[in-house]
Parts: sequence; C-alpha cells; structure tokens
Amino acid sequence: MGFTLAEKIIHGKIGRVPSLGEIVVLPIDAAMAQDGTAPLLIKSFEEMGAKSVWDRKKAFFVIDHISPSSNEGTSALHKMMRIFAKKHGIAIYDVGEGICHQLLPEKGYVFPGGVVVGADSHTCTHGAFAAFSTGIGSTEMAAVFASGKLWFKVPETFKINITGRLKPNVMSKDAILYAIGKVGADGATYMAVEFAGDTVRAMSMDSRITMTNMAVEMGAKTGLIASDNVTKGFLEGRITVPFIELSADADAYYSDVLEIEAERLEPMLSCPHAVDNVKPVSDLEGKNVDQVFIGSCTNGRLEDLRVAAKILKNKKTKARTIVMPASKEVLIDAIREGIIEELVKAGCAVGVPGCGPCVGGHHGVPSPGETVVSTTNRNFKGRMGCADADIYLASPITAACAALNGKITVPPEA
Amino acid sequence: MGTIKGRVWKFGDDISTDLIIAGKYKFKTIDFDELAKHAMEGADSEFALKVSEGDIIVAGKNFGCGSSREQAPIVLKRVGVSAIMAKSFARIFYRNSFNVGLPLIECPEAVDKIKAGQTVEISLSGGSVMAGGETFSFKPIPAFLMKILKDGGLVEHYKKKGSFPWETGKRNSPKKG
Ligand code: SF4
Repeated sequence: MGFTLAEKIIHGKIGRVPSLGEIVVLPIDAAMAQDGTAPLLIKSFEEMGAKSVWDRKKAFFVIDHISPSSNEGTSALHKMMRIFAKKHGIAIYDVGEGICHQLLPEKGYVFPGGVVVGADSHTCTHGAFAAFSTGIGSTEMAAVFASGKLWFKVPETFKINITGRLKPNVMSKDAILYAIGKVGADGATYMAVEFAGDTVRAMSMDSRITMTNMAVEMGAKTGLIASDNVTKGFLEGRITVPFIELSADADAYYSDVLEIEAERLEPMLSCPHAVDNVKPVSDLEGKNVDQVFIGSCTNGRLEDLRVAAKILKNKKTKARTIVMPASKEVLIDAIREGIIEELVKAGCAVGVPGCGPCVGGHHGVPSPGETVVSTTNRNFKGRMGCADADIYLASPITAACAALNGKITVPPEA
Repeated sequence: MGTIKGRVWKFGDDISTDLIIAGKYKFKTIDFDELAKHAMEGADSEFALKVSEGDIIVAGKNFGCGSSREQAPIVLKRVGVSAIMAKSFARIFYRNSFNVGLPLIECPEAVDKIKAGQTVEISLSGGSVMAGGETFSFKPIPAFLMKILKDGGLVEHYKKKGSFPWETGKRNSPKKG
C-alpha cells in the first residue's frame, strides 16, 4: 500500500512510516500570525515567560485584516505587533504589503515537503505547494514561536479527483464550491483533502490556491496538491531550499473519494448563510445585487483581477464594486498589465492590498437587507460586518458579471 | 479533574466563531472583560447577560467552525461556561479550547436528548454524562489534553512544567487531533 501526500510529508519529517491517527511532533518550517491573532499570541508568549523566538527567519507577522487600521484600539494592537517583531528580530509585513496567505508563498516561506502553521484558519491554503500546512490558535502559535515544534494527528485523506476540461465560464472556484456542496461543511473534519486529476494538473498556481484555500470550509486540516513544474515555476527564485516533486502513490489509501467531471461543472454560488449551501448560478439568475467584492486570499490574485477586467473593460458597473489585490506584488503586476486602469474606469473602487471587506472588520460593510456577491471564502451570518446582509460566494467571473449587470447573471460561455 | 455540573444552553449546528465573537469586536482589543460582553451575540444577543457561572453549552455538529480566533473559547470561558458538549467540533476550535482550559466533549446521543434549561453532570475522567436520569458515555479526552486542562490551559502548563506536554509526550498516547 502506498502513501498519500500528507503521509509522505510527515514521513519525510519523522524518518519513519506514520500510522493513521497517530500523534506526531513535527518541526515547523514556517509560522505566521496576522493582526487578528498575533496580539493574543504575544500575550501568551509573554505570560509563558518564553524568552526568544526559536528561529527568526521562520516566524513572521502580517498586518492584513484591519489594514490600514480604522480605529485606535486596532492601532494599539498593530503597534504591539511592531514592537514584538522588532524586539525578536522577526519579519513583519505591514500595511499595504498584502494578505498573509498571499505573502507566505510570495516571500518563499513554503516549499514542497515543508510544515507550515499559521494563526489563521485558511493556512490550509499552502498545501497547494505540497506542504503540510494548517491553521492553529494564538496560544499554540506562542508555543510554536517558543519551541519550533507542534503535535499533529496523522490525518486520513479525502481525495477530490477532477478530470476533463473546465468550460470557459467556469473557474477553479466553481469546482471547489461544488465540492464543498457535496462534501458538506464538516464532511472532511480532521482530514487532509487532496486535489488530484488532470484538471488540477492543468491549472495555474493561482487557480490551485483557490481550491486548497477553501479546504477548511469542509472542516479539513489541510488541502494538498502534488508539486510539479507549475509549482516550480512559482517558487523558483523565491525559496532557498531545493525544490522537490512530491506526489501521492498511485496505490495510496483514501478514506473517501469524490470524482468530479470538469465538463459538467457550471458556475456555482454558495448561498446565505452557509458555505456548503451551494447552487448553480442559473438558479438565482436575475437577483438584484448591491455590492460586489473581488479580492481576498481566495480570489485576489492576478488571474482573478485579469478575468474581472476582461469582463468590465470599457463598460460600467451597475453594482457598487470593491476590488482589493491580494498583495503588493499582485497590485504592481496588475498596474503593469493595465488591469487596474480598466477596473477603475469601469467604476470599481480599488483598495489597499489586504483582507478588505472579507472579514467585516473595517470597511466595505454592507447595510441590512443588501445582497453581496463576493469572491471570498465565507458567507456566515455577519461575516462582512452586517448580520442582515446576504452574501453569495462566487468566482471572479461570476462576480464581475454581477457587477456589470447589477444582478446575478450566468456568465456567458465564450 | 472531577465532575462538571451545570445548567444547559442549547444551540444548533454550525455555530461559527463569527457568531461566538464577531470580527468587528475582536480586532479592537484583547481586553476580555470587554469582549465577553459580546459572547455568542450572533446566535443569542442576550446570552452574555443571561448565562451564569458553571453553565454548559450543548450544541449540534461542527461547533466553532470558521476562523482560528482563540478569542471564541476564551469569551465563553470568561462568561462562565464550564464545558461545551456537541455532536462534533471544528478542529481548530477543539485545540484552542483545551489550550485555554475549556473542556469539550463529543457526545451526539446526549445532545439529541438534552433540553435547554436542564441540569447535566459530566464526568470528564469517567467519560460519561448524566442528564434526566439517563447516562451517556463519550470517548475519553486524550491524556495529554487532560493534563493541559488540569493546569488551566497551555500557558499555565508551560509556566508550571517549563515544557509543552507534547515535547515529553512519549508516555501519553492521545487519540484526538
Ligand atoms: S482575506 Fe478573508 S479569509 Fe483570507 S485571511 Fe483575510 S480575512 Fe481571512
């Protein structure tokens, strides 16, 4: 019997074959906290009486959730992060640098075979690079900052196999929404989810990241994708360790498998107020839309902005549309390609790289009764800061079409 | 760790961390007296006022889903919640709760039978729940999580022992993660 990707990575770290359900202690290759979780980490770290960060090159902070700060309280917490980072000599990516999950790969912290923890639930994102990557809480992160190690249960793996060609109006976001609808919000709890199949192999890194990012919305510990030339293309020049190709064995044991035929996928929406409440866009065609948000760690990358600009170029939006690039690097690339100019001319409000309206902490808060179409990953009640707004999660193509028409629209197939 | 006895507050499935403590509050402060005023606000706006010391939350599946915010179990503990029983928990919430010293138990059969306002008794080490004359059993909590709990959370444990339980954890064989 062969091994899954999760088992292979753990094997590489502990030097022996792990068994399912076993608790293992793994050395950490990268550890990150953002402005929602770092302050509590600092508090726990100091209360523990820990003296120093185990490895200054492997730990870092990101100010992205409420960025720039909108109030004194948050500003004080940001300051606390800056002081800690300076004192311990760790990197801090401050206002305008971007979202933690975009920066982690861009800055070379993740590599195939690595173990990554983040004090943010979407840390499962980095499994797109064949790393074992998962979200933890602040106090555990304080323990990691102090010791460089953490316990994990060797997970079972749920395989999502996608084959065939996606239609032109369908993106990887539609595939992951479809999968979450099938598996359910807790259908993969404690498990690793492995995305495989020729459709995944053919995807860009940007598209792959969208899927692993949402693995936690099925309860999963991490989302994983084998590393190949596409992965290498992204990581080259960023990582300092040698790149390796890592994939599951053909005879690996999977606890569950979901087969998806790409040709049959349609544009999908995750409807209020649960991510697994998934319907085809056609079911809601014509519904009035007040606000559109294109951005976040799910869909704020160059490819996402590019498809939105293609739809909105030389046109005018009918819904209030906010666009936030996932990082400074994405923003610069989008400026160079002329994407930003096209979006701004079409009426989009383009903001500072960061989480923006995704988490409802500072701006882009909808008003009661409003309908929002968003490229983010969560539509829980109150998620964007207003408990009485309806949030529909969609691909950047579907979101841009909603922006253009002011209502939910099935994107044209060509 | 003996028994926990308390009055029940019932909630449904998929109680997210956004409902337990909304993002709009948690980014502004780590003053938990302030944050605790909004505990469970998204699910029951008066919960923080009505709940009393020792009360127990009983909920459906996937409790604590969503963000990694440790503020969620902390505010529940701060308002007096002594334990949470659910059909299942989201994994980060599960780890966070033990790390801040709040015990969780998974007992789907009991959840279905227990009603709001009822008094239940949980034996953590014994792995059993008593409610309305019936006894239900649950998978015992892993030994090393019990240790963290006994010390009042991971910070307290480290302060006492000078190491993390999993660093010396060869003696334990925890099952949950
Ligand atoms: S963009 Fe949204 S989901 Fe991603 S890290 Fe920021 S708040 Fe979390």
